[in-house]
Amino acid sequence: MFLARRLLNYVVLIFLASSFAYLLAATTLDPRSNYEQLDPRPSQESIEARLDELNLNDSTPLAERYVTWVGGVATGDFGLTIQGRSVNEEIARKAGVTLRLIVVGTVIGCTVGVAIGAYAAVRQYRSFDRVSTGAAFLVLAIPTVVIAVSLQVSAVAINQAAGVQIFQYGGEYTAGLDAGFWGTLGDRLQHMVLPTLTLAIAQFAAFSRYQRNMMLDVLGADFVRTAMAKGLTRRAALLKHALRTALIPTVTYFTFTFGILLAGTTFTEKIYGWNGMGAWVVDSIFTNDVHAVAAVSCFMAVCVMAASFLSDLLYAWLDPRVRVS
Amino acid sequence: MSMSAERAAVVTGPGPEGGDETRVPGRWSAVGRQMLRTRRVVLGIGLIAGLAAVSWIGPLVSPWEFGDRDFAAFLQPPSPDHWFGTDNTGRDIFTITMVGMQKSLIIGLLAAVITTVLAAIVGSFAGYFLGATDKVLMWITDLALVLPSFLILAILYPALRGQGWLIFVLLLAAFAWMVTAKMVRGMTISLKEREYVLAARYMGVPAWKIIFRHIIPNMSSLLIVDATINVSSAIIAETSLSYFGFGVQAPDVSLGSLIALGARQAVTHPWTFVFCTGLLVILVLAVNLVGDGLRDALDPQSKSRRI
Repeated sequence: MFLARRLLNYVVLIFLASSFAYLLAATTLDPRSNYEQLDPRPSQESIEARLDELNLNDSTPLAERYVTWVGGVATGDFGLTIQGRSVNEEIARKAGVTLRLIVVGTVIGCTVGVAIGAYAAVRQYRSFDRVSTGAAFLVLAIPTVVIAVSLQVSAVAINQAAGVQIFQYGGEYTAGLDAGFWGTLGDRLQHMVLPTLTLAIAQFAAFSRYQRNMMLDVLGADFVRTAMAKGLTRRAALLKHALRTALIPTVTYFTFTFGILLAGTTFTEKIYGWNGMGAWVVDSIFTNDVHAVAAVSCFMAVCVMAASFLSDLLYAWLDPRVRVS
Repeated sequence: MSMSAERAAVVTGPGPEGGDETRVPGRWSAVGRQMLRTRRVVLGIGLIAGLAAVSWIGPLVSPWEFGDRDFAAFLQPPSPDHWFGTDNTGRDIFTITMVGMQKSLIIGLLAAVITTVLAAIVGSFAGYFLGATDKVLMWITDLALVLPSFLILAILYPALRGQGWLIFVLLLAAFAWMVTAKMVRGMTISLKEREYVLAARYMGVPAWKIIFRHIIPNMSSLLIVDATINVSSAIIAETSLSYFGFGVQAPDVSLGSLIALGARQAVTHPWTFVFCTGLLVILVLAVNLVGDGLRDALDPQSKSRRI
């Protein structure tokens, strides 16, 4: 019942957020200029007809265009791109790319971050703690864009120095590569290393820092001492009692940082030339593609809500009191 | 906020008679002393002040004006003539980097102040009135959290083209207040039960006066810390947006647009990339140092603070 209400709330928020994005995009973007700047300039009638066909004509009242768009979305159709292709097909192609990047990057970044943060707290003021805290502090000062560009630049430099393509830094796979299943897989992995690393580094910094602080709070608590007093080894007490409790605020923190992660994904995709949702939205804004922008906004809203739902589930798993009530 | 509660009871500044009575340390002088005792804060403030000084004095000292082009030197490495080298169109990189840093600093500080003020007002009104006000305000906050703010700013970009960077600052602030507002709300809920708030209420002080005179001042340490953190997030957001051309528009430059220019040729002409990126990292690092140190110095509950 509680979950059902939560889900309904999520659906309403996603709907409102996408509508807001659509209305915003429909007012600020100017698809008409795309056709008017063509050379030779198409006739006025054909421009109007084309815009009407795409439901992008700015002489139609905004409310009317919005109703048409919502009607489409309600039946699962996000409309047409400015080139006249189906937005749904584009989503199907690009969403997987983005999700792969987000999921792998987040899982690696969060796990490593939480593990290092927790271990640093246990070894407070030792050299491991000092090095990892310093590294996290430094990385937090570097925007994801700069991390991505710097990694790319160093990859180019290393490749040039080595004379071999050790790192791939452009695109998602080598176009026209014919190397069988394993060859293709290896090629994809090689392309994935740097973008994933970019996201993981940014995540690692935020999470290790946060987890260290939370863990320090818990380490001195009575229940950890009790756990050790009743005969658990230090290791078991730390893992089962201290870490578990210290993870609860980190799970909430995850929800708040997820938006920043999505922004980071967008920048990473764009810089590494991946054809994902993030790179698509950046391009769509420049090509005045209203429906694509609205669709990506909807996708991102769904991702944020999914992350929020996931953290609710994790929270309930970690904190028995939530499950009882 | 036990510390703030104590301070609130203490008379601020010298008493009206002045002279012989023992001076009770006022809130701000105490905060100031706390700050100076934390080494990180001093180091951070020193760094920021240094960077600010260099960025304003630098262009005056440099032989090149902003907008000057040296048509005899395209993409030249650093030399006594051009301290940081020149870029593709012969601009002196030292001068444009300094001007860009000015802009990044101003945008970061302004956006952070506006964000924090907005967050304090929304959060404290929601927390003080609770009920319907709280429901509506928190619902708006949740809605604003659904879409990543960079997306909204990027969509709005065609409308702001040619509007100047002040509008950009306002928008940057308009989509960054949510998390702070939630914290302020939580703190307000606990502060509104304090004796001095209750006393003010029973004396018939109107609610908005209580909020601005009693509740917000008593959260000032949280707000100062958050404003500092917001400075670094604003600088980072500005850089990222400018990198893709959604932020500061030419002829204005910011560190983000310079990094975008330099990144394309970083391997062959490293001086176009290294200086602006390095300065950006040092700037954000300094702001984070201040924020971090302030949190330890001002907020006794910092470690258990939940966002």
